[in-house]
This record gives sequence, structure tokens and C-alpha cells, in this order.
Amino acid sequence: MLDIKNIYKTFNPGTVNQKTALNGVSLHLAPGDFVTVIGGNGAGKSTLLNAVAGVWKVDSGSISIDGVDLTHMPEHKRAKYIGRVFQDPMMGTAATMQIEENLALAARRGKARTLRPGITKADREEYIERLKILDLGLEERLTSKVGLLSGGQRQALTLLMASLQKPKLLLLDEHTAALDPKTAAKVLDATEKIVARDDLTTLMITHNMKDAIAYGNRLIMMYNGHIVIDVAGEEKKKLTVPQLLELFSKVSGSDEASDKLLLG
Amino acid sequence: MNPVALLNAMPGAISQGLIWGIMAIGVFITYKVLDVSDLTVDGTLCTGGATFIMATMAGFQIPMALLLAFLAGLAAGLVTGLLHVACGIPAILAGILTQLALYSVNLRIMGKANQPINANNYDLLISSRNVKVLSPENPIFVVGVFVVLTIAVLYWFFGTELGSSLRATGSNANMARAQGINTNFTKVLGLMLANGLVALSSALLAQYQGFADVNMGRGAIVIGLAAVIIGQVVFGKVFRNFALKLLSVVLGSIIYFVVYQVVIALGMSGDDMKLITALIVAVFLTIPYWKAQYFSKSVKIGGDHHA
Repeated sequence: MLDIKNIYKTFNPGTVNQKTALNGVSLHLAPGDFVTVIGGNGAGKSTLLNAVAGVWKVDSGSISIDGVDLTHMPEHKRAKYIGRVFQDPMMGTAATMQIEENLALAARRGKARTLRPGITKADREEYIERLKILDLGLEERLTSKVGLLSGGQRQALTLLMASLQKPKLLLLDEHTAALDPKTAAKVLDATEKIVARDDLTTLMITHNMKDAIAYGNRLIMMYNGHIVIDVAGEEKKKLTVPQLLELFSKVSGSDEASDKLLLG
Repeated sequence: MNPVALLNAMPGAISQGLIWGIMAIGVFITYKVLDVSDLTVDGTLCTGGATFIMATMAGFQIPMALLLAFLAGLAAGLVTGLLHVACGIPAILAGILTQLALYSVNLRIMGKANQPINANNYDLLISSRNVKVLSPENPIFVVGVFVVLTIAVLYWFFGTELGSSLRATGSNANMARAQGINTNFTKVLGLMLANGLVALSSALLAQYQGFADVNMGRGAIVIGLAAVIIGQVVFGKVFRNFALKLLSVVLGSIIYFVVYQVVIALGMSGDDMKLITALIVAVFLTIPYWKAQYFSKSVKIGGDHHA
């Protein structure tokens, strides 16, 4: 499914701010894998997701999905295969446009945009059905501007938009980090529902170790631009937070890193 | 102040307001919909008229000459768009470069700095001499039809899949790309469409005043912005629908030209109008910023970005 081979990315090369964010990362995802990604600040988690999404090109290495080479494909073309939800609730939706207009934009992801009407009656009925899954009452506010919604509502909507056209890969970049605990739980719940229903292959960054263990079938931890821990299946299910911390300090060779990880 | 003179000046002010309203709709598309400040328009506002007059004098039919003017505007927008997205030049600078280049191009098109066209010799759509005539020849009626058609077509276009992708680009380019929209393409398309409309407005203006002049576009962007902002301030609370928003831009333009006449009637010199226009735009752009800065509690949504 997703095949990342030995990718490197250095920001601001040749300056005092030089930072190697991805230092030879390889990762293979099987279809239907739900992988949680953890790591401290600057470990390279978001960089990894942005590399896959095509926000910029990697320095070397290759990225492909189902045999399609994405390495040199621009961001908007990769969107055909990839659905994304960002950390910042402002980032995933168009605030000045209506809920149904946002959904309509997402429904055309990966398709040609023509001079046909943006929203048809049939579309509208489908959106209502989809919005009901979120259980936020948004199905009654189709023509509300998205800018009027709360952060949690916007994240839930973005999630729905990312999965409206079934993506081959879903990228979730700490999509609950900016939300209060109760809303975060609700959005995570919706995430699990949608991922399970559509059997989506998913990469989810989280700063919450409990969530990282509780969700998905595989867990990876990043440190200094490397993947340092990769556990799956039964082994992952049995994992506890203290174990994870211990595992991490062993791999990274430092104790203080665990604080950073917890706080990150 | 002379009330009779002022009243006499009104039909002309309304005609000009309508003509410039089409131009202001172009500015609205770049400034409001696409969130790009496009300074190309100062050049395009001559290019359209120059192209129209030369095409008409070369024997083209009026509709064909209008089409050619529109195409010239599209080309100007295309140049700015490509300078921006393909050459990486900031949009505002790309517009300035094209605007400067157009000065020479406009001189080339006309062969001189001022090119008159005689309404007696050509079957022009509008002329300022008919401004007080009650007939279908009246520019207020003719340009009014153009305005209605322009708004109708744009309303339809921005409701299509393609038009929606333009709006999404201006609203949130990150989101647009994540949804598979080629934002480079939509930006170029928006710049082309806007400049096409400015050129169309220019072709109408050239007919109205009976000439095209290489300096006729100077400060056009500011007049366009004034129309957009006046329209928004006066009608923003009532006009929510997209078509009505476009209409409010045209009404804003008419208000601008009516105020212009009032200022003249009050005894001020027309020479000061550009200063006054700049002041009006500066004040109206300042108000929302100061409101947000000093009169409201800011709520920050979202945490810091993680690497």
C-alpha cells in the first residue's frame, strides 16, 4: 500500500538553522493498517506526513501508494489518493464558505472540476446522511459558514471531507490536539468509526500515549528523524505507557527524552 | 454649491459608476474572492479601450471589437498570473510589472498617447452625448444591461465546480490543495477573468468618453477598491447572496462617482479627487483593522505548530 523508502529532508540547508527532519525513514503500510505515530517535538512526525502529502519534495528517497510513484507529484495531484486532517482546525476547511460548499469541494477531490453545478440536490441529500454520522447537528446547518463552527465541529467536518471520496490513505496530524478533552474524545470516536467503516489505511500522529496505544493496530515512535520503535498486533495491544517510555529511553539512550516525549 | 449643475451631472455620474462598476467587479474577484491584490488593472483599464478603438477603426464589428478587448484583458491577466505562479514573483509585484509593461504595449496598440473615436462615424454602443436622452441609446440603460449580464454569468460561474475551486483558493489555499485543487491554475484563471472584465469596462469607457488615453487607468485599482469597500460598508449587512454582493460593488461604484460630483459641486478641484479617493480607501481599510486590534478580545484557536 504505502511504501516510503529511505527518505531524507533537511530544512534550511547551509544555514545556522539547518535541521535534518527526516533522516532516512522507510515505512511500509499494509492495506487497512491504522498506524499511530508518537514522538517528541522535532522528532519528524509532521514532517513525515507532510512529505507523504507533498507539501514539499523530499531531498532523496521515494514515496509510492499502490505502486503509483508520488515522489515528484505535486500536492494537489496526490490529493487524489490522500485525505488529510490537520492539527489547526482553521487549516482543513474554507471558513468563508458554507458547510455544503466545503463538502462539495471535498467530494470532487481527485476529479476534474468542470462547469457543472457545484452542488446538486442529490449531493445535498448525501451530505445530510454523512453529517448525521458525526452526531453534531451539522446536517441542519448545511448553508452555515464554516467560520461559525467551533474547533471541534470543524475538525469533525474536515474528517468527513477527508473521507467523503474514499482515500487510499488517511493522514491525521494531531487532529485532536487543539481541542478540549471532551471534544477531542468525540472527534477520535468519529475517527475510529469512519476508519473502521471504510477500512481506511491511516497514519495518525498523536501526542497522547494512551490514545496511541488504544487506537490502531500498529504504533511507531520517531526520534531525531528516525523511526525508533515499530510495534504491531498483539505486542502493541499489551503495551502500557510506562513500558513505552522505558522502550523509548532504551532506544534513544536518554532519560530526559521521556519527559520531552510526554510533554510534546 | 450649484444644485442645478449637480443635478445635471447625475446621469453622467451614474453612467460612469456603472461602467466602472464592471471594472470594480474585476477588482472584487481578485481582492475579495481570490485574496490577491492585482495592480495589473491600472494598465488593463487602458488596454481594453485601446484594443476596442483600434479594432473598430480597422473595420471589426462592435461585438467582435468588444470580444477582442476582453481577450486582451485575459492575456494581461495571464501574464501577471504566470509571473506569479510560474516565476515565483509576489502577486503584487507581478501586477506592477505587467502594469508597467502595458504602458508601452498600450502606446504600441494606439500608436500614440491618445486615440479618439468619433461616434458619428462608428456605430458605438454608448456615448456620453446620449446620457440625458430617454431612449434605449442611453448609456445608463445599455451599461445596465451589461452589468446585469455580467453579474448573472459570474453568479452562475462561481456556483460551478470550477468556480467553487476559485473561491476555495482564496478562502484557504492549503485546504484547496489538500482537496486536489491546483491553486496555481485557479489563481491564473481568476487573474485572467478579472482583467478580462476590466478590459471590457475599459472598452465601454472608451466609447462613452470618445477616446482611449494611455493614462486613463492611472489609479484605477484604488477606484475599484473604493467601489468594493463602499459597497461592502453600505450594503454588506443586507446583501449576503453572492449576486447581491456583486451588485453592491456596482452600487458602490455609482456612489463613488456621485460623491465625486458632489465634491466638485462643493467647489473642490477635480485635481484633488485622487487624494480624496486614496484617503477614503485608507480610512475604510483601517477601520476593520483597528476594530479587531483595539476593540475586541482576541480568541486564539489552535495550539502551536509541532515540527
